[in-house]
Amino acid sequence: MSYVIEGSTGPWELVIGLEVHAQVVSRAKLFSGASATFGGEPNSHVSLVDAAFPGMLPVINAECVAQAVRTGLGLDARINLVSRFDRKNYFYADLPPGYQISQFTHPIVGSGKVDIELADGTRREIGVTRLHLEQDAGKSVHDQDPTRSFIDLNRAGVALMEIVSEPDMRSPEEAGAYVRKLRMIMRYLGTCDGNMEEGSLRADVNVSVRKAGEPFRTRCEIKNVNSIRFVMQAIEVEARRQVEIWESGGVVDQETRLFDPHRGETRSMRSKEDAHDYRYFPDPDLLPLVLEQGWVDSLRSALPELPDAKRARFVAEYGIPDYDSSVLVAEQATAEFYETVARGRDGRLASNWVVGELFAALNRTGKTISTSPVTAEALGGLLDLIKDGTINGRIAKDVFEVMVETGEAADAIVERKGLRQVVDTGAIDSAIESVLAANADKLAEYRSGKEKLFVFFVGQTMKAMKGKGNPALINERLAHLLKAD
Amino acid sequence: MSDMVELTGQSLAAALDGLEKGRFSSVELTRAHLDAVEALNPTLNAYITVTAEQALTQAAEADAVRARGEAGLLCGAPVAIKDLFCTEGVRTTAASRILSNFVPPYESTVTAQMKRDGAVSLGKTNLDEFAMGSSNMTSAFGAVQNPWRRRGDDSPLVPGGSSGGSASAVAARIALAATGTDTGGSIRQPASFCGIAGIKPTYGRCSRWGTVAFASSLDQAGPLARTVEDCAILLRSMAGFDPKDSTSVDVAVPDFRAAVGRSVKGMRIGIPAEYRAPGMPEEIERWWQQGIAWLRDAGCEIVDVSLPHTRYGLATYYIVAPAECSSNLARYDGVRFGERVEADSLDALYERSRAAGFGDEVKRRILIGTYVLSSGYYDAYYLKAQKVRSLILRDFTEAFGRVDALLTPTAPSAAFGLGEKMSDPVTMYLNDIFTVPASMAGVPGMSVPVGLDSAGLPLGLQLIGRPFDEETLFALGSALEKAAGFDHLPALRAGAVA
Repeated sequence: MSYVIEGSTGPWELVIGLEVHAQVVSRAKLFSGASATFGGEPNSHVSLVDAAFPGMLPVINAECVAQAVRTGLGLDARINLVSRFDRKNYFYADLPPGYQISQFTHPIVGSGKVDIELADGTRREIGVTRLHLEQDAGKSVHDQDPTRSFIDLNRAGVALMEIVSEPDMRSPEEAGAYVRKLRMIMRYLGTCDGNMEEGSLRADVNVSVRKAGEPFRTRCEIKNVNSIRFVMQAIEVEARRQVEIWESGGVVDQETRLFDPHRGETRSMRSKEDAHDYRYFPDPDLLPLVLEQGWVDSLRSALPELPDAKRARFVAEYGIPDYDSSVLVAEQATAEFYETVARGRDGRLASNWVVGELFAALNRTGKTISTSPVTAEALGGLLDLIKDGTINGRIAKDVFEVMVETGEAADAIVERKGLRQVVDTGAIDSAIESVLAANADKLAEYRSGKEKLFVFFVGQTMKAMKGKGNPALINERLAHLLKAD
Repeated sequence: MSDMVELTGQSLAAALDGLEKGRFSSVELTRAHLDAVEALNPTLNAYITVTAEQALTQAAEADAVRARGEAGLLCGAPVAIKDLFCTEGVRTTAASRILSNFVPPYESTVTAQMKRDGAVSLGKTNLDEFAMGSSNMTSAFGAVQNPWRRRGDDSPLVPGGSSGGSASAVAARIALAATGTDTGGSIRQPASFCGIAGIKPTYGRCSRWGTVAFASSLDQAGPLARTVEDCAILLRSMAGFDPKDSTSVDVAVPDFRAAVGRSVKGMRIGIPAEYRAPGMPEEIERWWQQGIAWLRDAGCEIVDVSLPHTRYGLATYYIVAPAECSSNLARYDGVRFGERVEADSLDALYERSRAAGFGDEVKRRILIGTYVLSSGYYDAYYLKAQKVRSLILRDFTEAFGRVDALLTPTAPSAAFGLGEKMSDPVTMYLNDIFTVPASMAGVPGMSVPVGLDSAGLPLGLQLIGRPFDEETLFALGSALEKAAGFDHLPALRAGAVA
């Protein structure tokens, strides 16, 4: 299992920690009433507070606090009933007040954990050090004009959760699995949409390398990586760079770097301020944030079922394989779809249909589970027809294809196309008899001991009945008639 | 009645009464004040911006409102607004070059409430730049003169600061009353220097929303007026919980005026041993003793108390206030509003705009504040100061377990000459030695004029009360006022240009 980089001096182990910045799902920004929605004309979601006009004051948005607490609960973390906001002071044009309001010494959420699973099934627990609330900055646009920069403050003041992990990860795969799992949990909770293209989830990646058994060596921080693939790539190239430095007798400098996915390399980044002294101090405009245990408890009791619990429950309740369950819970909408189909029906059959036929149809049609042409109720209706013997499994697949195309209900299709399964033994018997009569040679071979031909007769009978015969009855009647002759 | 001296010389309470009885209109009252402003402001420089036209419009509206029987608490009363409160559509400078062209598109909560109650704004009064100073000498719009003169000496004196323009305007009768803000004594010290009353209410009593910030954990708005009762009237309008200010406190605003004249019999008054500054004039000690005697005569019990951490108050204040100011003033960068000096890089734009936009005292405090928050110094200065601050608060809390209020001098001297004490900042900072501790503790403090020194300049005494117990201060303040019978007039005043 253990991932190493083979250097000229032997294997090197990786040590990885992540700081994930997750944009909080909320209508308004963290400290101003301005809209927190993505997009919109530049500077159209900006209040006087965001633009730091004289005398403007921040007021905490309770919904953002609730979202941070929910996330903390989802990470099985300690919720700090008293936390505090600090000012992080630095000058930049996209930071109107000259300081970012963040939580430095007293974060709202303390230590927690994320359980990850790797491709080979290995499970690991990654420690979460803390989660704190902070404001996002605005956006500087440097490429619109040869001499000027433009500032868009739409993002300025939007609430972010910074989730800091322990340096617990040892491979790019683990880091990828960690971000994926974190995103899954937050999506389940509805606290972050996890949309990395829009920047609502970004990671700062801390990487160092060491020989087995050594204490930590110097780490580098790769800032603002905005996809899981890039997180994994950045770790690998950065670790290789550090191995090369150490092995050539050099020393790795602690610094902030940037990942360039086009060149596949990390580069030293110019810092915002030459000397980093953020002069943190408690924001005197805000009182300490004090939560009541009862309120935290009420948020806890209203939490949705999280992916790990749902996965275990699906296995126990619907008797499906663990792997299928993990596929079904990967997205909340899929899990809900599945459960609507499975409730009161055969859970395994439901799982086979969702993971098999439905996923294939979605892939083929380029749809998602929430835009699926076949609703969960409709798929359930189809399974009911299989279960009560109205149609057999083969016909069901044809019916499903029609459902995908037309969106019609299964029973309507069955009626319209006359696909109802034939259970009349008289009709089956006459079909069998004509098949046997038409294949006298095969019948003779069968009688002389070639019993494999039984399957041939079943197939021919089904064909003669245009697929509508009940397979069990055909088997039963065929055996009976062959014996009787 | 149209005599300017009568109209401008009356108290706010009397003016409101006259308006109600129809003895004069708000337009008449306002015009009389505007005439007086026109006559005196060129000398006093108390106003940075006079909004004469707007004032007359507001006055006419107020008259109409009163005629309809819908008069609010301040309906038709012409008052002045410290130029630190943002006023919608009216330039708000904080007496700084960097905001010299700033016209806010919003109204501060305090002034909005006064407008709601019908106040007429005569204009925006001068102050020390960003309220940093005790003499009004640091204003980018020039010094303010105190309307008082030493006996037989016409040289101009400072009005105190930072609410120097407000104090000067009220004392010279070119406003019935005015708003001020107090961070370390900026209402109380100028009130004392100008022979008027002023109260810094409990931190959290008035909203800070829309008031240009100096030191957020200390800034508090309050009234300056010629009588204790007038302060009570104005404070009631200014005060109140504001959900837009997280540090404002959701407690009911009492009718402060009802506490004026209330019996003080049986109240216990603490006399803190530590409020004696080295080199403090003997006269101040004498007036302090006189104040003690008056309160004893009024039935108060006098109790010696100790506030042992008072001696660290000033040093602590000059760490906490600059630290907050260094961060609060970062937004003045020439990018979104205010004065900008163009440059070819962002850093250069910041440097040039701020170098040109801020005066020396503001720069000094930004430097001090940046220093005390720097890594390596934070623990020794800022963190230590916060610890001392909680000890100062504890001193007050313990004292208020034994007494109802404290009586101290307001300032260690009377008004000094224009331009004096400018060479050594620490000498200037010492002005706030008696007012800073109440600011650090967030408790209310009031200055009441009690008498003149040998040079004929006014002196005030300070009453300090329990948090949100301004009513006790109004009761005691009016008792002192009554006993003192302070009826001296400044040399420069409406209708009596010296």
